[in-house]
Amino acid sequence: MTASTRALRRATGFGPVLIALALFWLALIIGAPLATVVAEAWSKGSEAFFNIFKQPDALAAIRLTIIVAAIAVPLNAAFGLAAGWSIAKFEFRGKALLLALIDLPLSISPVISGLVWVLVFGARGWFGPILDVAGVKIIFALPGIVLGTILVTVSLIAREIIPLMAEQGSDEELAATTLGAGGWTVFRRVTLPNVRWALLHGVLLCNARAMGEFGAVSVLSGHIRGLTETLPLHVEALYNDYDFVGAFAAASLLAGLAVVTLIAKSALERVGAPRSTT
Amino acid sequence: MTLTIDRIYKQFGRYPALTGVSLEAKDGEFLTLLGPSGSGKTTLLRVLAGLETPDHGCVFLDGVDFLALSARERRIGLVFQQYALFRHMTVAKNIAFGLDVRPRHQRPAHATIKARVDELLSLTQIEGLGGRYPAQLSGGQRQRVAVARALAVEPRLLLLDEPFGALDTKVRKELRGELRRIHDTTGVTTILVTHDQDEAMALADRVVLMNQGRIEQIGTPAELDAAPASPFVFEFLGGCNRLPCEVGGGVARFEGFAAPLVESIPTKDGYGVALFRPADTRLDLGANAAGLPVRIVDIRGRGALRTIECQTLGGLRLTAELTEQAAAAFEAGQRAKLTARRAVIDAQDAARPDASATVEKLASTTSNAVRR
Repeated sequence: MTASTRALRRATGFGPVLIALALFWLALIIGAPLATVVAEAWSKGSEAFFNIFKQPDALAAIRLTIIVAAIAVPLNAAFGLAAGWSIAKFEFRGKALLLALIDLPLSISPVISGLVWVLVFGARGWFGPILDVAGVKIIFALPGIVLGTILVTVSLIAREIIPLMAEQGSDEELAATTLGAGGWTVFRRVTLPNVRWALLHGVLLCNARAMGEFGAVSVLSGHIRGLTETLPLHVEALYNDYDFVGAFAAASLLAGLAVVTLIAKSALERVGAPRSTT
Repeated sequence: MTLTIDRIYKQFGRYPALTGVSLEAKDGEFLTLLGPSGSGKTTLLRVLAGLETPDHGCVFLDGVDFLALSARERRIGLVFQQYALFRHMTVAKNIAFGLDVRPRHQRPAHATIKARVDELLSLTQIEGLGGRYPAQLSGGQRQRVAVARALAVEPRLLLLDEPFGALDTKVRKELRGELRRIHDTTGVTTILVTHDQDEAMALADRVVLMNQGRIEQIGTPAELDAAPASPFVFEFLGGCNRLPCEVGGGVARFEGFAAPLVESIPTKDGYGVALFRPADTRLDLGANAAGLPVRIVDIRGRGALRTIECQTLGGLRLTAELTEQAAAAFEAGQRAKLTARRAVIDAQDAARPDASATVEKLASTTSNAVRR
């Protein structure tokens, strides 16, 4: 504790009370539900818990979730880098509009993010009839789920990178150019390393969100068991079937993924912190 | 490497940044581009670096069209005010960067690069810092790294954009001497941009004084000092007192004040505002001495120089700069006579201006000078 925080604490006297209040609230709002999930999942013993991972539908849901994240996250990372690069290093018309558009997906409900794709590619949507003739299935299939997930998570990486790139300016890139480096070299050896921790941070966030997305995916998936159900949808399906152990086991797997992601994030922050300053 | 800059024009929107700038830098010369902000000096440097394309004009380096080359191809060393070191690389990696990124068939061997880095670390006197990261260095050390990095590629031109602007006075003076030494060791043609006239005069073989996108004067520091080409040059190279005067026969006169005019600036007889430097100003306590009657208001300063604030009977403030010994004779409240060793006439009118208008004009031009 620094001298100034100590002084502030002495001055207010509220410090311990506020800390206790915050901890209590977090325990109530996050800890208790999480504990319930784990307790319910293990309530019938370990056999019942691991049983879930023997069901083909559950395995298919896990596989689909991983596939969707594996497609959506790299695409969003590429977009985030491109958007960050153009916004932070160049002046162009429509920059403010681009910035606003990047924020938009965060402010609309995921259900809407799913629905817009139905309106575009659904049977009665703009391109529905053409796709039908061509025999391409987007809605109620993998492409639709991926599109919905991308739309929901598209901002996450860009928002991590843009402020950092803007703060760093483009002097280092100019210096690299005058030293004889080409565009790709400048990107690979100067720009990318300078934002690598923000990029990783964004990728982890985006990944957690992509794996956990329910609303948009629910609209787009069609809920075909073993085919178009992701892990969050599978949790709901099991729950609706009164398979509580199964539902909570699947849910605890999802929660586990999130916890692993968070641990990875803070571990990375600890490693990255000393050098990424200034 | 002789650098020829021929009639460069550059406009940003409606704002003309460079309006027909021509100059020549001899091989191994150290030039400083000096001027107030907005004078176009940084734009000119950026044109040379390839970061800005001029609207008209040519730049040749040893007869080769420089503007046809991209920034990447020019092989120049560029040093920024804010260092622009690669923050995720060690000092050694920073310095080696220009060699590391060469295509494989042009890239020196590892051992050669390492030897070159060591050589530059010692040239810029930062031996032992090769393994540090930029965030672990002081501002002065960072700028040394930036200079070493720029020199690593054996640049045809070394360009520095206000390189000492972010450093404190002591480090700035130290690095100034270092830079001159490095220039003399390497012999690289060097162009440095600054708004600090002391820095420009102390470093340069020749100073290029710019104003409003034009070159006001090019010359050695001694030439600029002895024979300024315009009132702007005279004023920019040393803060000036301003006094409305009558001009005749090469002398500016006002109520006992009489100062010979600098001959390099043609002046018509008539009326105008005399500019004279505090360092050229003389004070005399003698009752019968010649000069403008003033009252000493304040004496400030330490070390070898004293600044003496004076006020005329009309309320004008004038400043004299005297050595410590010379200033010892004066104290605040005394009456004295003020003259100047030399002066320059600005804002010249053929006819005697209305007295009140002159004072107003004087006030406004003085405040302009302060703002600058």
